[in-house]
Amino acid sequence: MSAISLERVTVTLGGREVVREVTAEIETGDWVALIGPNGAGKTSLLRAVAGLLPCDGSVSLEGASLAELGRRERAQRLALVPQEPRTPPWLTVAEYVLMGRTPYLRPLAREGDADHDAAARALSRLDLDELAERTLGTLSGGERQRVVVARALAQEASIVLLDEPTASLDIGHQQQALDLLDALRETEGLTLVAAMHDLTLAAQYADRVLLLDQGRVVADGAPAEVLTEEALAQHYGARVRVVTLDDGVAVLPARRASV
Amino acid sequence: MEAAAAQAPAVRVRGVTPGWALAAVAFLLLALVVGVAVGPVDLGVGDVLQSIAAKLGVPGVHSPLSPTAEAILWDLRVPRVVLAALVGGMLATAGATYQGVFHNPLADPYLLGVAAGAGLGATLSIAYLPHTLSGHELLPLAAFVGGSVAVVIAYSIGRAAGRERDSATLVLAGVTVASFFTALQTFVQQRNTDTLQEVTSWILGSLPNTGWSDVRTLAPYVLVATAVIVALRRVVDVLSLGDLEAESLGIHVRRVRLALVVAATVGTAAAVAVSGLIAFVGIIVPHAVRLVVGTSYRGLLPLSFVVGAGFLVLCDVIARTALSPAEVPIGVVTALFGAPAFALVLRARGSRA
Repeated sequence: MSAISLERVTVTLGGREVVREVTAEIETGDWVALIGPNGAGKTSLLRAVAGLLPCDGSVSLEGASLAELGRRERAQRLALVPQEPRTPPWLTVAEYVLMGRTPYLRPLAREGDADHDAAARALSRLDLDELAERTLGTLSGGERQRVVVARALAQEASIVLLDEPTASLDIGHQQQALDLLDALRETEGLTLVAAMHDLTLAAQYADRVLLLDQGRVVADGAPAEVLTEEALAQHYGARVRVVTLDDGVAVLPARRASV
Repeated sequence: MEAAAAQAPAVRVRGVTPGWALAAVAFLLLALVVGVAVGPVDLGVGDVLQSIAAKLGVPGVHSPLSPTAEAILWDLRVPRVVLAALVGGMLATAGATYQGVFHNPLADPYLLGVAAGAGLGATLSIAYLPHTLSGHELLPLAAFVGGSVAVVIAYSIGRAAGRERDSATLVLAGVTVASFFTALQTFVQQRNTDTLQEVTSWILGSLPNTGWSDVRTLAPYVLVATAVIVALRRVVDVLSLGDLEAESLGIHVRRVRLALVVAATVGTAAAVAVSGLIAFVGIIVPHAVRLVVGTSYRGLLPLSFVVGAGFLVLCDVIARTALSPAEVPIGVVTALFGAPAFALVLRARGSRA
């Protein structure tokens, strides 16, 4: 059974089709990078899959149609890490991570032992024990990113969508964050779909790359198949060299087009 | 499994910690005692406390007050102090609610046009209803209706216009409606300059000496509104993450926000109807509580009620004694004393950080 199954998914925003007839099957445990130039529809597609934007076509999560899932059922299966998560500075790390349990609670309910345990496990898993009582306003960018991932983990959803998870991090923290996500994918059996700007990192970490342009999937496959100089020139309007390394391909910007 | 749970760190949520709850309640009790003890007639704190104890049915205690003093205490001061507490608690809780729901630290209970609508309602009733006793009796109703109508209009505009950026659109709609109603109110006021002073003093806010009748009118609104808000306080924290993230966590944002906005608005409109537009309480009290206690909405909402109640009782004491026998509008007092107090809190906080 596919973790995510998309059939002719179309998202219309302000009269414009920003995602057009996207069809894809994503298997449980996959790491899929969603790439494409600015405005290609990556964020809209993620939001549609998360049920946050209305769409035509059909989305299924673990075999269940998104349209038929209740809000909380949906959030128990799928967590979304937005590009710029709002982190109110007065909340403690523990309080923030505990909010990952929201899908398991009716509006008037209070958290129970199971919820506290799940949040505690997520904190431990991300080495945040020491920071549990700190407020979010006192954290560095890298720490904050880990806290946001911990909240998604406490949600105990098997599908995690990430919108540019490394956008605000330096190169070292980018690698740490992606290593961490990869480790969680293995130990927790997560399915990861991440919109990514850095094509080299996308190639190194994802097993599969979906290239979107103007709302359509224009290439879909292993990183080395999708990330070609021609494809990137055509869809990004970019001059790049694609270099094959022993652990994948690297995409380098080039001052002049290759001859 | 048990071993893992034992090793895991304790996930602690700072709701209302016993220490702060105690401090807030002590502040409110102190304010209440000062409120009933201070007035033009000196009743004596000890005698007042004994009379209260007697009223509460403490065995063996009898009120030492004369029947006149007893009447001053129970028919004038106590209801006025209770009214101040209800209004202050409501405005502070509603302000904190709006700040959470709209993720806007500058939000106050008047954000969606309650104040402007109530102002128009009050001005219309002062200007056009016959100046008999019944005219004044209708003022709270007119203010309540005006305030509610303004918010309903703002909400409808915001909902029709806003899709994705829902809460920002709502705030803009509120500002728009508030401007329009304020313009209408000014227009009506200018056409009826003979009522200018009455309108102005209502707008600056003041607590009436109407005995228990206003308390009886207001209490149900305040209690129900506050109960709804406090019951939903965990969700207000989730809403403070923004509409998108709250939605992705399975919250029905529109429905929950509507419930919270209706509760905060109805409570505010009822408070405004009896007391006029008391400025500043709804914005300053939640911020002061957060600066001192540093808590999430879960703790902030109930604490704001208690502290807001105590704060307005003290402001009312100043309002009725500073220029006695005249009264200073309480809205002037809240700003005049509230602003410097808030500045001190900000400064103390700044030097600690």
